[in-house]
Amino acid sequence: MTSPDDAVGAAFAQEWPRLVALLIRVTGDWALAEDCAQDAFVAAARTWPRDGVPQRPGAWLLTVARRRALDRLRRAGTERRTVEEVAVDLDRRLTSADEPTSRDDLGDDRLRLVFTCCHPALSPETQVALTLRTVCGLTVEEVARAFGLAEAAMSKRLVRARQKISTARIPYRVPPAHALPERLGGVLAVVYLLFTEGYVATRGGLLRADLTAEAVRLGRLLATLMPDEPEVLGLLALMLFHDARRTSRTDAAGRLVPLDQQDRSAWDVALAEEADALLSRARRRSGDGPGPYTLQAAIAGEHTTAPSAAATDWEAIVASYDELARTTASPFVALNRAIAVAMAHGPEQGLVLVDGLAAEGVLDAYHLLPATRADLLRRLGRDDEAAAAYRDALRLVTNDAEREHLARRLAEVTAG
Amino acid sequence: MRYLMFVRVDPDAPDPGPDADPSAWVADVESRGIRMTGDRLRPAEEATAVQVRGGRTLITDGPFAEAREQIGGFDLLETADLDEAIAVAAAHPAARFGTIELRAVWPFPDA
Repeated sequence: MTSPDDAVGAAFAQEWPRLVALLIRVTGDWALAEDCAQDAFVAAARTWPRDGVPQRPGAWLLTVARRRALDRLRRAGTERRTVEEVAVDLDRRLTSADEPTSRDDLGDDRLRLVFTCCHPALSPETQVALTLRTVCGLTVEEVARAFGLAEAAMSKRLVRARQKISTARIPYRVPPAHALPERLGGVLAVVYLLFTEGYVATRGGLLRADLTAEAVRLGRLLATLMPDEPEVLGLLALMLFHDARRTSRTDAAGRLVPLDQQDRSAWDVALAEEADALLSRARRRSGDGPGPYTLQAAIAGEHTTAPSAAATDWEAIVASYDELARTTASPFVALNRAIAVAMAHGPEQGLVLVDGLAAEGVLDAYHLLPATRADLLRRLGRDDEAAAAYRDALRLVTNDAEREHLARRLAEVTAG
Repeated sequence: MRYLMFVRVDPDAPDPGPDADPSAWVADVESRGIRMTGDRLRPAEEATAVQVRGGRTLITDGPFAEAREQIGGFDLLETADLDEAIAVAAAHPAARFGTIELRAVWPFPDA
């Protein structure tokens, strides 16, 4: 039995994006929609613990939000006829308010909301901020904290974004089929950016874990609404594989633990299995070859489902990197492929590839290039060269946990 | 929805050749009733910038902001929404070597 507080929390996660998306569609007013949805949740937090959770929480919330919306429209001097249209339209939707998906011929309102928040006419930072506020339901203050900005500055940015959506007439819709692949790529980029920002600690603060959770929630929502899009499934699989290993990634002192030394018994088996099933679905639906998220999920999956570090199927990982390298000409992919080749075929072969990348000079500012060289040299017993490479890496690293790890390695190779 | 489309190009860039001729684009968007008017403009050096500050009118000779790309022409579009305007702008040849800036026309409440 869930307590009313849990039920409010669960309803919030479930119902917030649906309620906001619906209110925006019917009223066309983003600020009004967010305010009225927030009012409805405040009312729920006040009355549910006392009166119990209603049978149909979605309809309950919509009824409260509807009343607020009509009040506000009337007070703002909106034409009577318009107010009546909004009233009738919202009324009509009360019956379907608790169905898991509410598809009409234009799709689900929540998808419209996500695609509009991630419209390329908005800057990438604004897309992320607007998604956190409007789709995830974070308060302006929470979004501001995630960006390291003052609340007033974030509030201004969000006001400008809503204004541009309305005055430049950014359409509130899921893009048509011919534009969908590109636009979906933009949406997935926002979700993955949120996830990695939460996962890789470039800034301090406890909010990072929350951002990861928001990204996973968004990923789950997209997978529910677009169950046949392979890259949507691939991205969710990728995030869940990483999430399954989350607790063993750092030790009690907050130090980074390399993958081969992590306690595999601490990994979340249920999450890994869910990710594996998603990955299989993504692969089955990847008609013209798996996309980058599906391939990255395949790589993360090999790491996560291997019974031990030594039993990792590095040949399979190299094969996925080969595919990834064919479609994305990224030096980061090339570096990771070199690491996999070193594991599959020995450090010498990996070192040849890493030195080739170093000669290209495109990763000069990236600490993992010298750090990878250092590790390969160390494994080849070339300690002096390894030490020099560790020092190069230490000059470039910005993350505290990684710096600490590199310093430990440097101490090891210089100790002998 | 109306959008004023500024065609920004670098006047010192090498001549992009016959590919830059917008007449096919003009014919297409006019046949679809999207382009209301438009023209090529005299170079920015001949522009006059007008500002009123503290009740005084300030006239400046030449382009106001220093930028390599200048507004070389404009088109007034009427489209359903920004996505359609973006598609129309992206089809203009100058989008390939210059920048097209789309500005929604400020809507008047009773228009």
